[in-house]
Amino acid sequence: MDLTTLIFGRLTLESFPFHEPILVATFLVVLLGGGALVGAITYYKLWGYLWREWFTSIDHKKIGIMYIVLAIVMLLRGFADALMMRLQQAMASGGGEGYLNSHHYDQIFTAHGVIMIFFVAMPLVTGLINLIVPLQIGARDVAFPFLNNFSFWMTTAGAILVMISLFVGEFAQTGWLAYPPLSGVDYSPGVGVDYYIWALQVAGVGTLLSGINLVVTIVKMRAPGMTLMKMPVFVWTALCTNILIVAIFPVLTATLALLSLDRYVGTNFFTNDLGGNPMMYVNLIWIWGHPEVYVLVLPAFGIFSEVVSTFSGKRLFGYTSMVYATLVITILSYIVWLHHFFTMGAGASVNSFFGITTMIISIPTGAKLFNWLFTMYRGRIRFEVPMLWTIGFMITFVIGGMTGVLLAVPPADFVLHNSLFLIAHFHNVIIGGVVFGMFAGIVYWFPKAFGFKLDPFWGKVSFWGWFIGFYLAFMPLYALGLMGVTRRLSQFEDTSLHWYFIVAAIGSLFILGGILAFVMQLYVSFRDREKLRDTTGDPWNGRTLEWSTSSPPPDYNFAFTPVVHELDAWWDMKSRGYKRPLSGFKPIHMPKNTGTGVILAGLSIVLAFALIWHIWWLAVVSFVATLGVSIWHTFDYNRDYYIPADTVTEAESARTKLLAGQVV
Amino acid sequence: MFLASHQIHSAGSMRARDVTGKRSLFVVCLTLLLAPLLGGCDWVVMQPSGDIAVQQRDLIVISTILMLLIIVPVMALTLFFAWKYRSSNKDADYAPDWDHSARLEIIIWSAPLAIIIALGTITWISTHKLDPYRPLDRLDASRPIPAGTKPLTVEVVALDWKWLFIYPDYGIATINELAAPIDVPINFKITSSSMMNSFYIPALAGQMYAMTGMETKLHAVINKEGVYKGFSANYSGAGFSHMYFNFLGQSQDGFNAWVEKARATGANLGRPEYLEIEKPSVKEDARYFGKVDPALYTAILNMCADPAKMCMSEMMHIDMKGGAGVESHHNRERLEYDSRRAGEPPAAGHKEGETHSDKTDTPDGNVEIEKPAGHHHH
Repeated sequence: MDLTTLIFGRLTLESFPFHEPILVATFLVVLLGGGALVGAITYYKLWGYLWREWFTSIDHKKIGIMYIVLAIVMLLRGFADALMMRLQQAMASGGGEGYLNSHHYDQIFTAHGVIMIFFVAMPLVTGLINLIVPLQIGARDVAFPFLNNFSFWMTTAGAILVMISLFVGEFAQTGWLAYPPLSGVDYSPGVGVDYYIWALQVAGVGTLLSGINLVVTIVKMRAPGMTLMKMPVFVWTALCTNILIVAIFPVLTATLALLSLDRYVGTNFFTNDLGGNPMMYVNLIWIWGHPEVYVLVLPAFGIFSEVVSTFSGKRLFGYTSMVYATLVITILSYIVWLHHFFTMGAGASVNSFFGITTMIISIPTGAKLFNWLFTMYRGRIRFEVPMLWTIGFMITFVIGGMTGVLLAVPPADFVLHNSLFLIAHFHNVIIGGVVFGMFAGIVYWFPKAFGFKLDPFWGKVSFWGWFIGFYLAFMPLYALGLMGVTRRLSQFEDTSLHWYFIVAAIGSLFILGGILAFVMQLYVSFRDREKLRDTTGDPWNGRTLEWSTSSPPPDYNFAFTPVVHELDAWWDMKSRGYKRPLSGFKPIHMPKNTGTGVILAGLSIVLAFALIWHIWWLAVVSFVATLGVSIWHTFDYNRDYYIPADTVTEAESARTKLLAGQVV
Repeated sequence: MFLASHQIHSAGSMRARDVTGKRSLFVVCLTLLLAPLLGGCDWVVMQPSGDIAVQQRDLIVISTILMLLIIVPVMALTLFFAWKYRSSNKDADYAPDWDHSARLEIIIWSAPLAIIIALGTITWISTHKLDPYRPLDRLDASRPIPAGTKPLTVEVVALDWKWLFIYPDYGIATINELAAPIDVPINFKITSSSMMNSFYIPALAGQMYAMTGMETKLHAVINKEGVYKGFSANYSGAGFSHMYFNFLGQSQDGFNAWVEKARATGANLGRPEYLEIEKPSVKEDARYFGKVDPALYTAILNMCADPAKMCMSEMMHIDMKGGAGVESHHNRERLEYDSRRAGEPPAAGHKEGETHSDKTDTPDGNVEIEKPAGHHHH
């Protein structure tokens, strides 16, 4: 081994994609944009503020917001990938080769899937749960505040690793689940799959810990009186989602660990030869992968439940059946994974079993839809932006549900599997369900987080961009699937498909419009924040506890822990003429900020990078450092403090004045 | 197709215009979904030419109609309630505390349940009836299989990135072209040389994975003459986009002539030739082999086309006998398969000058894919 290899491992000058003009241009744009951002932060002397108030914060609200910011940044990256794919397919289907070679195109669709699931949808879900659940259960923070900060930074570290792969080396060219044998070391010898593995492993630590944290929070930290059947539906869905996370992410971790053993030390779990079995990987990854879908969509269901009830001015119809439906979906989601590969050759009885269990999930899901429907029935529906997203969801999601059940019929799946019909189906449920839900949640809870509402005009533009864009982009894909066009193609033989891909590309531009309108909405709302200010803490006439405190809530959330008597606790308090306590405040025990999460995540990036590039000395150093910092942190006993009663009194009387001003 | 759906759409939206703008969008979506079911277009999955695919199509149509029974009312009610109970409509009832109705809840759970019981039953029956491993019992809806019909066996091997078809009954083989006489049951045996692929001819029957060291099966029949598309429906690496072939549904005479054409080439497919072909390449033209080593397919399936390798069947036999213990270590090298291309560029093995120079679709120059030498015919 020569010295350069010893120092740099597999990393050489050729690892930097200077020869890819698209990547060089992207890099320059990122460099300019990033440079401008860093420059601006430095110029306005914001580094100290960001470090003290945000990066090291263990406040669940700020961590929730940081998760959402991460998700939106990664959405831009993941969506850029989507646009590039649409453009390539639109060009190549007209004859010719398009502008992307297969090496580049295959990385793009892999990165698109990985980013959208792990670094957009997951942070949105975890972010909103973090932001809202403690407020909804009347808690002051999550059960393990430091762990929460650490989880966030580990997720971010995973995202950073994926971003690094754009400019140093390459990303996997395997599809988002990296099936072996293609992802094995013999067929994918480059660093792409290693980036994939370590990005997910690092982020997975964050996801799992955050799952444990939130389960404990919901189980142990509810306000007195809030029995399980008095929890808001969003809390229920958050509980089920996090139970799913705790149960399935270890499976993902173990599966990827086995794959990395195959790649790094020459074991044969998933190889073709020496007794390995790639089918086992496919089973294992979907045992994680299918419940993962429900991890994403259950909280969205929770958000829709909150939104539909609030904006219909009505109690949620069928709360109990909603809860049981959620639980049934949670349990059933574990026994359907095989429907992702009916075509592997399992017997008819096995295939029918998994097909029928899959269909059964549509029963509780259907019940949920009817519950939302009958919540609207005899309501007074205000078409604010969150409600638009909800109605858009109800219309769109049933189509996705229908095509999903269709794919669950094994003989039908044999002709539709892996086709663009499948792509259209899961975008139908993920965009129509998860994305619409997360946007509904963001618009709904934004005033709670920041103290001012989002501008409704740009919110509506954003909604219609996404809504119309979704139909334009994916209805042609349903059609193409029925024409027998399969997924992940970058070249086409048949030019008669051209117009379908053109329409799909136009649809993606509409969605781009929706995303830009959302960014515009943030800007306009920030500009007009005084006009949009929420002084009441309850801008929508809400029903659950988060609306009982100020917007944004104080660090301690609630000066006194609320006592719950009813479902829709805040509605109940309002209708019983609840009076805010104005005196008698006590010092409040709170956790202290710490930079350990940032440091550990930073070290994890170094460790992962060293493992990816086989820089063994650096891997050892960073691993020891990670252990060292973790141990050192356990000796840090200075981790809590008291907010003095005076400070609480001051904050609360400021709010009293604000509320009084509101009445006048 | 676009024209047709547009016409239906405009008729639909005229009725819907006065209700709400969103309603017309709903009609568009429904039309787009329904149009193929109405059979108004030449979408291959909806208009297949083989009996198995026809039954699969019928299943799609039946399942969709069953589900629309519940989907359409839900969509309509969503829009209707949204419109009727808008906050500006003060005439509508308002029941802010109404949140439960036992009767309604029984209906909203049992309506989807009823649909799923029906669909579940259909699923159980059809999954068994259309099990790809089950030999056919009819040529199409109206014709049973005539007595004494001998099915056609085709051994399918997914290679990087092309298809090899071996006809053991005829002793011929082809690359990237498959043919079968109409109304004769075909028994496919499917495997792969390295990647997981999916063997799929939409006009003929649903797909089946092709996996290394494993054999999957597919039974089908083609009922109409024609040239159909077949391809891999599972992403398998850089050359995947080009992994398609023509499937020729022919009259018995046409098929016999096709077999003769393949025989006439005189080209031989033995293990050495296979090992050349097996190397990664893309955009291969159709090729015919008039002679095939009859043991080749079994060797490919057992990952021992290379005579230096031990066949899986042999290894399994050793294991069945209790294994070879420490001695088995000597076999390790003979059992290594995935690494067989390590250290050599994909097209290595050719002498310089012999190598075909038209590099096609090289994925970024990282892997140089070249057509294997020695097949310059078009």
